[in-house]
Amino acid sequence: MRATASGDTLSTGTPVYRLDGLSARHAGGTRAYALQDITLAVQAGEQIALIGPSGAGKTTLLATLSVGHAPDGGTFEAFGTDPWRLSDRARHKLRARLFLAPQTPPLPPRQRVVTAVLAARLPGWSLWQALVSLVRPADPEAAWRALSRFNLGDKLYARVDRLSGGERQRCGLARLLLSSAQALLVDEPLSALDPALSQLTLATLQQEAAARNAALVCSLHQVELALAHFPRIVALKEGRIVFDLPREQVTPAMIGELYLNEQPPANAPHPDDLPAKLAVGACL
Amino acid sequence: MHSIPAASTSERHPDPAWRGRVTTALVALLLLWPMLVASEFKPSLLFDVQSLTATGRFLADFFPPAHSPEFLALLLRETWQTVAIATSGLALALLGAIPATLVVTERLSVSRLGTGRMALPSRVVRQAVRWLLVLLRSVPELVWALLFVRIIGLGPTAGVLAIALTYCGMLGKVYAEILESSERHASDTLLANGASRLGALLYGALPESASELVSYTVYRWECAIRGSVVMGFVGAGGLGQRMDESMKMLAGGEVCAMLLVFVLLVAAADLVSKQLRKRLG
Repeated sequence: MRATASGDTLSTGTPVYRLDGLSARHAGGTRAYALQDITLAVQAGEQIALIGPSGAGKTTLLATLSVGHAPDGGTFEAFGTDPWRLSDRARHKLRARLFLAPQTPPLPPRQRVVTAVLAARLPGWSLWQALVSLVRPADPEAAWRALSRFNLGDKLYARVDRLSGGERQRCGLARLLLSSAQALLVDEPLSALDPALSQLTLATLQQEAAARNAALVCSLHQVELALAHFPRIVALKEGRIVFDLPREQVTPAMIGELYLNEQPPANAPHPDDLPAKLAVGACL
Repeated sequence: MHSIPAASTSERHPDPAWRGRVTTALVALLLLWPMLVASEFKPSLLFDVQSLTATGRFLADFFPPAHSPEFLALLLRETWQTVAIATSGLALALLGAIPATLVVTERLSVSRLGTGRMALPSRVVRQAVRWLLVLLRSVPELVWALLFVRIIGLGPTAGVLAIALTYCGMLGKVYAEILESSERHASDTLLANGASRLGALLYGALPESASELVSYTVYRWECAIRGSVVMGFVGAGGLGQRMDESMKMLAGGEVCAMLLVFVLLVAAADLVSKQLRKRLG
């Protein structure tokens, strides 16, 4: 048994994630499949880059891994148990051991950066601590350290809506540094960053994952960065895994094949395009 | 390597929402007309000679507003009592409304994460609390006040309780709806990462909705003041009782002075609301 950062023990050999023939439908009640026949095993300490054309299902896969989207078929195990067989309460406790950083930074515009970043500690706080920290941030030094790893230390007490898009994105990742999760799921962390910041951000994420011996799954559009930084590459196309290889075995021909005929995702209806919602949202 | 789709020149793209909009507008008009007829809405009656003379005589009675020192002192005391009734009623209503909001807000449902359907016990509890709120606000506060005056006796307590019950129902419902209409990404992500319901609310939904919640609460405070005046007519104390007495004595000047006080109170509430929104937003 090996104790991990948060005190929960993970027996060596138990993968953090084990997916076998997993399938999942799109969120929003359509019957189309977003993921089909996904077989994947992720050990603690592994760092994986998820690549693929738009609409391939990368975000759905990350949502499934963070126990935020129920799979439709196949096996899904996180930390050795099937989360969807647990009680609601146990499943919610499991979610505290995973951290999903979505592509759009989930920061309320009127909040201050320090409170937004400290919200990472919420799973471990009691209600009273949460209330007190709203009024007077509980640990601004820790928030400052996390922000300065992304070159944002001077924005500690700024309001989120005064930050640029790239700064907000890095703020969302600073929240990740303060959480105590053992599986870090990051969706397109570099979409608003310039090349130099992209290098810094990826390096920081990987440093943190290595320090905690956490599993890191990062979806990226920048294939060169993925090949340069991540030891294992998983490629998705139209909801299926095309290849799952160490980076040395990935050839440019395979990458070209993956992104060939990249059509705009015509088959994936957005939840807000369903007929029931058109008349309400669209007419105002 | 990539094929860019050719621009189409002659495809038609009818608006799918148009039919629904036309239907809704027609249905609304069809419902509105019988309602106007049923309420015997005849604005022309306001402007015939008899009505205008009666209005003129009524209004002439109001000027000048009463301004003797004893009356003003009385007015101040009664205004203070009315404000106290409204404020304590609202404070009690908040005590009930805040827990009710937390239960009713579907945004904070943990059992719904990932599956999109709430577990049955959660749904039952939420629905039960919604029905309780409906019940509380459907009885007009005047009726509650009449009931309490019979049980507790004349005086401000009846007014406070009546306001507390009705406003609890109103505040609970509107708070839940304001929270649900705020941007959901922040609170959804916090909930998905294992935060408790209240944590996700405080750190995700509240920063967005804070100024709407505050402005609605201040507006309801204004309504509570007007409500306590109406209840004063049935004996629940405050300016309403005085106004009732003044009207019975046909002392138009006193009534006018009290109305001016109302205008000032509402103007003060407006200012407070504006300042609070500026601070919060």
